[in-house]
Amino acid sequence: MLQGKNALVTGASRGIGRAIALELAKQGANVAVNYAGSEAKAQAVVEEIQKLGGKAFKVQADVANESEVKDMVKKVISEFGGLDILVNNAGITRDNLLMRMKEAEFDQVINTNLKGVFVCTKAVTRQMMKQRSGKIVNVASIVGISGNPGQANYVAAKAGVIGLTKTAAKELASRNIFVNAVAPGFISTDMTDALTDEQRAGMHNMIPLGKLGEAEDVAKVVRFLASDDANYITGQTIHVDGGMVM
Amino acid sequence: MADVFDRVKDIIVDKLDVEESKVTLEASFKDDLDADSLDVVELVMELEDEFDMEIADEEAEKINTVGDAVDYINSTQS
Repeated sequence: MLQGKNALVTGASRGIGRAIALELAKQGANVAVNYAGSEAKAQAVVEEIQKLGGKAFKVQADVANESEVKDMVKKVISEFGGLDILVNNAGITRDNLLMRMKEAEFDQVINTNLKGVFVCTKAVTRQMMKQRSGKIVNVASIVGISGNPGQANYVAAKAGVIGLTKTAAKELASRNIFVNAVAPGFISTDMTDALTDEQRAGMHNMIPLGKLGEAEDVAKVVRFLASDDANYITGQTIHVDGGMVM
Repeated sequence: MADVFDRVKDIIVDKLDVEESKVTLEASFKDDLDADSLDVVELVMELEDEFDMEIADEEAEKINTVGDAVDYINSTQS
């Protein structure tokens, strides 16, 4: 499905990003595994991809830092000879009630989760415009649509990503560059493992399908949006949330 | 090596798909050569590759005509 395509996945050392990197690799893509701090985990993802017979390497960069991102993109292009797929997945949380949220907590989340998407998208468009093709998939969140108490920073960033997705889609459509987003609901990852049983039970009641999603559920939709099967879809945000928000 | 104007002209003809005769130093990319803003961004990218240089965003924004591009390139190549 993605044979010979070259992909860069940000925040790919664990969670949803890791699942996306592996899924793209399973479909034949070469994958650059970006990480910020977890080098050992990124290396493990690279080795897992290589075991599947795919080409992969790890590349460190803070997505909110333009010069680091530029270097990363250069490295990916020189290593693979092109760049067909960018998955903007890197994200952090600094949850707190609005009244207690510190300015730094707000800024950190906006920088990584929103500005990071802008910086990475800008950095790859040059190559994609030249190729006259490209697929960009942004990992937003269902809370960017519905809101969520305790996550003003995260929700603002994710809602911003959805708007950015639409604008980039409109600006780049004429160059055959597709920009879409997925909005995961409650997915079982390190982020949701931190929840209490009580919070968990409350969540189940909100989900028509009655269970948490798996990272692979998100990865498969990303893989679809990154493939030529999605060649009449751009600017969309696909909910992967068990029907939680309709 | 062809002079700067000829090299710039070749790229414009190729990228914007316009008649060579329309590409004069006075020609404005947007008004005379039917380029939209994204076309101009792309053209600047091509010029950067052709002349092996980087054109800063502030400089690129000042390039409105073919002559602007040629002048800018000449100023950096001396």
